Amino acid sequence: MKRKFFSDRDKLEPALITIFAGVFSVLVGVGLIFIVSKDPVQSVRNFLLGPLLRTYNFYYLLIAMVPITFTGLALCIIYQLKYTSLIVDSSFYSGAIVATAIGINVSLPPGLHPAIAMLAAGLVGGLISLLPAILKIKWRANELVSSLMFNYVFYFIGSFVILYYLRDRNQTILASMPFQKSFSLPKLVENTQLHAGFIIAAVFVVLVSIFLFRTRWGYEIRITGANPKFAAYAGIPVATVALYAHFVSGFIGGIGGAVEMSGLYRAFIWQMNPSYAWDGVIVAMLARKNPKFVPLSALFLAYLRVGADFMSRRGDVAFEFITLLQGLIILILASDKIANYFKERRLKRAALSHDLAAQASSAGGQS
Amino acid sequence: MIKFIISVFSSSNYWFIVLRSTAPILLVTLGAVITEQAGIKNMALEGSMLWAALTGVIVSAATGNVWAGFIAGIAAAVVIALILGLFALKLDANAVLCGVALNLFSTGGTVFVLFSLTGDKGISSSLASKTLPFIKIPFVENIPWVGKIFSGQNIIVWISVLAVVVIHIMLNKARVGVRIRAVGENLEAAKSAGISPNRIKFLTLAVSGVLAGMAGCFLSMGYTSNFTSGISAGRGYVANAAQVVAGGTAVGAIFASLIFGLTDAMATYLQNIGLPPELIQALPYVVTILGFVVITLIRDRKELIRKKKLFEKDRAKPLASGLGA
Repeated sequence: MKRKFFSDRDKLEPALITIFAGVFSVLVGVGLIFIVSKDPVQSVRNFLLGPLLRTYNFYYLLIAMVPITFTGLALCIIYQLKYTSLIVDSSFYSGAIVATAIGINVSLPPGLHPAIAMLAAGLVGGLISLLPAILKIKWRANELVSSLMFNYVFYFIGSFVILYYLRDRNQTILASMPFQKSFSLPKLVENTQLHAGFIIAAVFVVLVSIFLFRTRWGYEIRITGANPKFAAYAGIPVATVALYAHFVSGFIGGIGGAVEMSGLYRAFIWQMNPSYAWDGVIVAMLARKNPKFVPLSALFLAYLRVGADFMSRRGDVAFEFITLLQGLIILILASDKIANYFKERRLKRAALSHDLAAQASSAGGQS
Repeated sequence: MIKFIISVFSSSNYWFIVLRSTAPILLVTLGAVITEQAGIKNMALEGSMLWAALTGVIVSAATGNVWAGFIAGIAAAVVIALILGLFALKLDANAVLCGVALNLFSTGGTVFVLFSLTGDKGISSSLASKTLPFIKIPFVENIPWVGKIFSGQNIIVWISVLAVVVIHIMLNKARVGVRIRAVGENLEAAKSAGISPNRIKFLTLAVSGVLAGMAGCFLSMGYTSNFTSGISAGRGYVANAAQVVAGGTAVGAIFASLIFGLTDAMATYLQNIGLPPELIQALPYVVTILGFVVITLIRDRKELIRKKKLFEKDRAKPLASGLGA
């Protein structure tokens, strides 16, 4: 299997380009640190090794992988369909709000409580996710533009719900009432924050891989994405496929929001939208739309983020520089010319040598 | 409620705010219109605005000259637009994804630069930046109601009106406008007519950068007098929706951005009568989505009717020629 991978250049080269994008952005990051930091060596060390320097940081790294795995998986499905909707941001955020409401107001036995919350959050997330898809299918409205508008709308609706229905008025900062005990997911390791959501995320990686590559639905999504006209001629209901793909994607996003709430927090305390969907974009792109590689790219991104967080707490470099690097990575990965650089060169060479061989053989034939 | 609406609409202050909040949207919408006419979607307008807003503040504080800041801000915005062009046109990247990437780059990058310079992540108040001049119009300012609306507006409000005229002429009266539309509508035809599509696309991107740059500078040096993180607040995205409502014309851009301006200004008033601010803040975006959907709906209907007519004509033709013979 391994040998096959390394001999198959069509698979090896994209992987190399992806690694190049990651390494390049890290180097740019290091360069930036040297420009702005007063103690660059220490800052770079904190940035690059931070997640490994403290046990706390290491667990933090694992926890940070969870939400971006969910949004990354959700976006893998959307990108397989060749849509660019970012509505999973709303699905995730609204999922967290729904889970908060259930975590506070409903009494259920432990285990069942977070499960019901996740299901409800998933349903809401899935339904929200349909909106830009419907606009696109019915009226050909650009799904990215409409999803970004919807993201503002659902963010404001969400904070309205928190402020007016779920807020704990005894707190000075904005926070919801505390969740019931039964709502919390169990911790995987004593005295750490690492929660069972990590396992749930891993399960979803497997489920989404099976869904996309082993079921008829996933096959239809991939065919529709690769060539919608062909799919339509082949009798695939293209519009329906787009709709259920969006529903599943939003469902995963919503569950992600609920997992984050029940795993990590005792009350809803987000002062603003954490916008994990934007991280999902980069996770999905680094994974090349393949759910199998989502954990790896989530690990990479979480590593960068935890390192940057550690560095900014102990130094003079702003955490936000990580967002700058994320933009760079997407820019590189989105460029087909860069992605196909090796392939084009190989094809050109092959064509050239083919020409030469043809010339030689025709010359030989004449003599 | 009706009484309230009448009281708002009759207040000169309301219309003053409408003009003020429409101006930046109008400028970016014009930018979105012109690139869309050339067949490239500039999703990086948001990023252009952010860099312009920050660069304007920094340079005006460093030089003490507001116009130096203004020019530098515009230049920064153009650079972002051209980077989009470089990746989308030269490196065959998906333009929409590139725009998203550049916006991420800009939201993070501006905060990073702001923090590295001032030690503050949120606001640039420690920089002594300048504001663009507000224009008092002699005589007009003395007219009771009208004067309060039009006099005392920032110069950018008037520049945005001027920009509508310039873009309108550019698209409809100048030769370059024909080329832009040719490239947008039929790339191959444009190529065979000797037009370089990439050059035209880069040109429109640069123009959209200038427009977004002016809007960005206005936000940090007129609308408010500081740069705050995320100051563009999605206006670049709204512009991409408003562009659809505008239907590819400069005049349409006025109406499209007025929809946003009217609701945005109304939001301030609704807040005063005790409606929850969160829902009101969502209003401009809801209205933009609605406008976006309604216009595409109308356009599709029109297209359908046009096609039907063409079809009927085609069917009528052989019949007519048959009668003639």
